[in-house]
Amino acid sequence: MVAAEADVSAGLCSGDDSGVDCNEAVHQLYHYLDGELTDERRRQIGLHLDLCGSCADAAGFEAELRHVIADRCRDHVPESLVERVARSIDEERRHQEDRPARTSGRPEA
Amino acid sequence: MADQDRFTDLAMEYMPALYSAALRMTRNPSDAEDLVQETYLKAYRAFASFTEGTNLKAWLYRILTNTYINSYRAAKRRPEIADVEDVEDLYLYRRLAPTDGSGLGRSAEDEALDTFTDDEVKAALESLPEAFRMAVLLADVEGFSYKEIAEITGVPIGTVMSRIHRGRRALQKALLEFATARGLVGSTPGPSD
Repeated sequence: MVAAEADVSAGLCSGDDSGVDCNEAVHQLYHYLDGELTDERRRQIGLHLDLCGSCADAAGFEAELRHVIADRCRDHVPESLVERVARSIDEERRHQEDRPARTSGRPEA
Repeated sequence: MADQDRFTDLAMEYMPALYSAALRMTRNPSDAEDLVQETYLKAYRAFASFTEGTNLKAWLYRILTNTYINSYRAAKRRPEIADVEDVEDLYLYRRLAPTDGSGLGRSAEDEALDTFTDDEVKAALESLPEAFRMAVLLADVEGFSYKEIAEITGVPIGTVMSRIHRGRRALQKALLEFATARGLVGSTPGPSD
């Protein structure tokens, strides 16, 4: 598997001024897109993506994939649920008010 | 310390996100609604312990996740595994991208992504083993950082990273099945051709 990855990516572009080769860029891609790299590492990978068209295409695809996943996984909240939650909080509030005030309660005027 | 009177003003806006997460986790609208309602009630009761100005969304997700694990999840079985040994980096990209060179402008593989429907992406995500599903959901749908996900789920950050990594691979594999079924994948490329 490792050899196969090296074949596909490193074959297209074998390193550049960024000091990062394609294989390395691909391996770091998710951390890069996740914003979880150190500033220095982020700069290096970003520079590689600026210089290497095939890695930039792959990065664009992975970013778009993430956008599609987030976009498709939205659901309409039933109005009945909004009402149910509001009602349950309301009941809880009244229930608390019926009980003797606790130390955290603010005294009413 | 947060003022309970302000709870509704601050917390209700997260309901769509919490409801979607609840649906992906329970895979059942009725359980998802119960889970969201229970989450909000617990959050309201505990709101005095929330520090205003910190991440309310992450705090609500932590309550949702704990409530799910304690009340809605089937009895814990053996640790789950995601079978992704055969899934390499850029798995989906390499299978959707045409091999005949790239054109200018929007690429064919990006166009192919656009054709995935809501139902397909939801089904693909829901097909993942629970721990991986939760990690991918929090990272890719909700955009939480690794550190936030570790806090929400109560697992070490290294485990979080591994779950996200393997979960994403499993998700790409599941999405490829939908793409293949719709004829979006031409020939099966060997990784080295």
